[in-house]
Amino acid sequence: MTTVYRPGSLDEFWDMREKYGEALVFAGGTDLFVKLRALNKYPPVLIGLAGVKELQSIEELSGAVFIGAHATHTRLLSHPRIREHFPVLASALRSLGSPPIRNMGTIGGNICTASPAGDVLPPLYVLGAQVELRKKDGSRRVPIREFILGPGTTALTDGELLSGVWLKKEDSFTIHHFEKVGQRKALAIAVASLAALVTTTETGIVEKARFAWGSVGPTVVTSQDAEDALVGLPLGLKALQSIVPIVERSVSPIDDVRASAAYRKALAGNLVVRLAGRGREPLRA
Amino acid sequence: MKIGFTLNGKNTFIDVDAARRVIDVLREDLEMTGTKEGCGTGECGACTILVNSESRLACLMVAAQLEGAEVTTIEGIERDGRLHPLQKAFVEHGAIQCGFCTPGMVMASIDLLSRNPEPTQAEIREGISGNLCRCTGYQKIVEAVAAAAAAKEKDGLP
Repeated sequence: MTTVYRPGSLDEFWDMREKYGEALVFAGGTDLFVKLRALNKYPPVLIGLAGVKELQSIEELSGAVFIGAHATHTRLLSHPRIREHFPVLASALRSLGSPPIRNMGTIGGNICTASPAGDVLPPLYVLGAQVELRKKDGSRRVPIREFILGPGTTALTDGELLSGVWLKKEDSFTIHHFEKVGQRKALAIAVASLAALVTTTETGIVEKARFAWGSVGPTVVTSQDAEDALVGLPLGLKALQSIVPIVERSVSPIDDVRASAAYRKALAGNLVVRLAGRGREPLRA
Repeated sequence: MKIGFTLNGKNTFIDVDAARRVIDVLREDLEMTGTKEGCGTGECGACTILVNSESRLACLMVAAQLEGAEVTTIEGIERDGRLHPLQKAFVEHGAIQCGFCTPGMVMASIDLLSRNPEPTQAEIREGISGNLCRCTGYQKIVEAVAAAAAAKEKDGLP
């Protein structure tokens, strides 16, 4: 028998967390319930976060946007602030799962699952997201790249809850780009994905670039070397092809049921080359 | 665990294991077998239901999540013996072959039309992208949803 608690506030949550140390915490449940059923091992206590009022908000606060951990993908996708300031995130969300999965799944859940294929992660890396981790008696903010440690492992400590995500409004990049390669369009787990933010001059010279790849390493992969190598070059086929060897050295993909390591490595480079087709207009959100 | 919710407009009370899957509550406990189970892992959409007017997958929900919710299944969308416009359109357009995916397709389409009453063909395909039809009758399903959207507008139906 499993008992499921559904606290209505963080205060209620802390009480339950203290009382049931062995409890598993869930948000949308779209990953956890698949796993529990496959293992046929249900914990004695589950705590669902859907009713915790402090985890629902999406708000703009002095140059930044706070996204509560239980904001669903559907809510984020229809939110004007997200579409306006973070088109790279909106684009990734559109490719995540299917409509009912997006109605159930949450940004906090996608982060804490810490899958190398988590669709919201590459955009959050390039956007420099910070996660807010709360305890009963305090909170801290950690950059997303320090929070995710490996497949399924995070820096979350005992008694801590990921309460939300902070994103600085990022209007200085002229190109917001996300592309995912999967085995089909809907409900596809990424074979490889790329989130990219690029700023070019009027004449198309790259001023700054940020890249993050999904599914080509144990965590999201970034490459300062590839980003630096592109600066000063005209954004086009030749420049992008010139950084492919750096990209291929940066990634460390594995063979699995969806693709081979060699194919993933080729994709990581080719996804960058496909930026050649992008003009200066920001991505339509 | 005692759980109270609204199922197709009727107050419903159950006493089940809190972690029992909603698909099992519906099909086994309440004998509402209209909702189907295909994959059981959230990939086929056959178990799509509406919870508080949004599409959800009954195979990825546990009974405790039903507390206080308003649930609609395929059994609950006709009115006084009259089929829902989407049901009617599915019948008229031959959008049903073996029928197994149909309840999920219809419920997903209700969610789509509630957000986007005049979807394009591409938006319809996106709206039902989480629902698999192994008879591969997608074209007729898309036509049925488009027809239902058009008819709704004409008749001013909800």
